[in-house]
Amino acid sequence: MATERFDAIIVGGGPAGSAAAYTMAKAGLNVVLIERGEFPGAKNIFGGVLYRKQLEDIIPEFWKEAPLERRVVEQRMWLMGKDSVVTMGHRNEAFKEPANAWTGLRVKFDQWFASKAEQAGSLNIYETVVTDLLREGDRVVGVRTDREEGDLYANVVVVADGVNSLLGKQLGVHHEWQPDQVSLAVKEVIAMPKEKIMDRFNLEGDEGVTTEFIGQLGGMAGLGFMYTNQETISFGVGVMVSDLKRTKIRPYDLIENVKQHPMIRKMLQGGESKEYAAHLIPEGGFHAIPPLSGNGWVICGDAAQLVNFVHREGTNLAMTSGKYAADAIIEAHAKGDFSKDGLAGYDRRVRESFIHKDLKKYQGLHGLLNDIDPKLFDRLPAALNDAAYQMLLIDGLSKAEKQKAAIRGLREAAGGTANLVKLGIKGWRAING
Amino acid sequence: MSNIAEKLYTIRYKVDENSHLIIKDQDVCLHCETKECQFFCPAEVYQWHDEEKMTSVAFENCVECGTCRIGCPHYNIEWVYPKGGYGITYKFG
Ligand SMILES: Cc1cc2nc3c(=O)[nH]c(=O)nc-3n(C[C@H](O)[C@H](O)[C@H](O)COP(=O)(O)OP(=O)(O)OC[C@H]3O[C@@H](n4cnc5c(N)ncnc54)[C@H](O)[C@@H]3O)c2cc1C
Ligand code: SF4
Ligand code: SF4
Repeated sequence: MATERFDAIIVGGGPAGSAAAYTMAKAGLNVVLIERGEFPGAKNIFGGVLYRKQLEDIIPEFWKEAPLERRVVEQRMWLMGKDSVVTMGHRNEAFKEPANAWTGLRVKFDQWFASKAEQAGSLNIYETVVTDLLREGDRVVGVRTDREEGDLYANVVVVADGVNSLLGKQLGVHHEWQPDQVSLAVKEVIAMPKEKIMDRFNLEGDEGVTTEFIGQLGGMAGLGFMYTNQETISFGVGVMVSDLKRTKIRPYDLIENVKQHPMIRKMLQGGESKEYAAHLIPEGGFHAIPPLSGNGWVICGDAAQLVNFVHREGTNLAMTSGKYAADAIIEAHAKGDFSKDGLAGYDRRVRESFIHKDLKKYQGLHGLLNDIDPKLFDRLPAALNDAAYQMLLIDGLSKAEKQKAAIRGLREAAGGTANLVKLGIKGWRAING
Repeated sequence: MSNIAEKLYTIRYKVDENSHLIIKDQDVCLHCETKECQFFCPAEVYQWHDEEKMTSVAFENCVECGTCRIGCPHYNIEWVYPKGGYGITYKFG
């Protein structure tokens, strides 16, 4: 490998790394991007929603060339009972022009994004694992790879190695994630004829629908998703690792169980599963965010826990943090100062942006989700389903009696009035505080 | 597609000769009460064998998620990525 010195080394060809590499290469910096997969995206999965705004700020009109699946015009939320569902949702033509978000698949998208960085002048190296950070005193000065003579040197290393971030741990900026700070998601990509998808989800042209579901999922509390692509459906379930440990339900059994829910079974019927995948999602929230820069290094994206799990936003935070890191490195380059002070522009940009504000807004939520009895995730949606069923069932009981019973059911599900009120207040504070 | 073997069959693997996952101490597994790696791993990599008193590691099935590194109550699994270019390659992602 080349022994030349780079302005920056970027570790990881996900959205954070590619955004950083693209931005710096475009500004004329000499950068190298290192990815362990056969190609960028080879190791990566996500649910599937890509947002317009943050990528547009990096590559204007990217949608004219990027591999995207469907334009999201409707978002549905399903609260699941055992054999029932309470549905909510919003569809709006205004989500079309300009598009708010698209569904996508990472193998195609990550390759495209990394190729944009390459075209801008980044040297991209694949099939190479960064095993160590090289240091001189308290500065990071380069990386060691698993290639022969694979040491590379640079003024700054951009750590964008995703949720497992072994390099972040080496830096000592964060410790091992706790089982209640990460979720494991299992996903399948299910092929279905285009016409069937369009009929079933009520779509025209390149319109798409996202469905999230929460509640009783195959015997445990979890969140699921079902997103329409052109000719496939992305389907998956995420559960906290601490819950997996507790319930001892196998992840692959879980996803099969969830598929048997009558609502879901009918949506997926006739489809053929083309790929199984599993990946962690950081859910530690605001308080799990490590320091973002130091002498000769910055850390971006999932590696820095920059994920808004309440709104399943991750790629956009990753891209924006990668861009901000790049902007700060470009400044540091002009000043010739790559110390923590010299790179502080990155921390400042993140602090002043939607990333910090959004994650801060939900800071109480992680604690809240851990605080309350996990069974509530089963019981509350179940009680809601029961209430809906009773209210809609015509069986001779008066509406007043039905209302009373419904409220009683919800109260019991929460473990008494006091708990229901506490939960309401805490939840409200967590989101609006 | 219901069982795990069929599911893993959908993923393309390039298998290294050496395992990237190592049980640090089989004695710790022997005394581990839950042996829960057998449950939480999404690729059925770990299996406890009563007679041999050991946890076997089918590293060639690993989907590189990281759950076992975080989930093993005794942090008894040494976890690194497969060598560059080895391991899983997704088709869709
Ligand atoms: C099931 C699921 C559903 C999701 N749904 C959504 C969604 O709908 N919308 C959304 O916006 N976000 C979603 N997310 C979150 C989103 O995927 C992540 O936040 C985002 O991918 C983070 O980008 P990143 O670049 O920081 O990390 P990653 O995308 O993980 O990229 C890290 C890269 O670094 C490489 N790498 C790691 N270590 C090394 C090393 N040592 N040497 C070389 N290369 C290395 C990896 O191979 C990988 O390519 C979802 C995540 C999951 C798991
Ligand atoms: S959970 Fe950890 S200690 Fe227990 S059997 Fe599995 S690897 Fe061994
Ligand atoms: S990394 Fe994931 S798939 Fe691989 S052995 Fe650990 S838990 Fe199983």
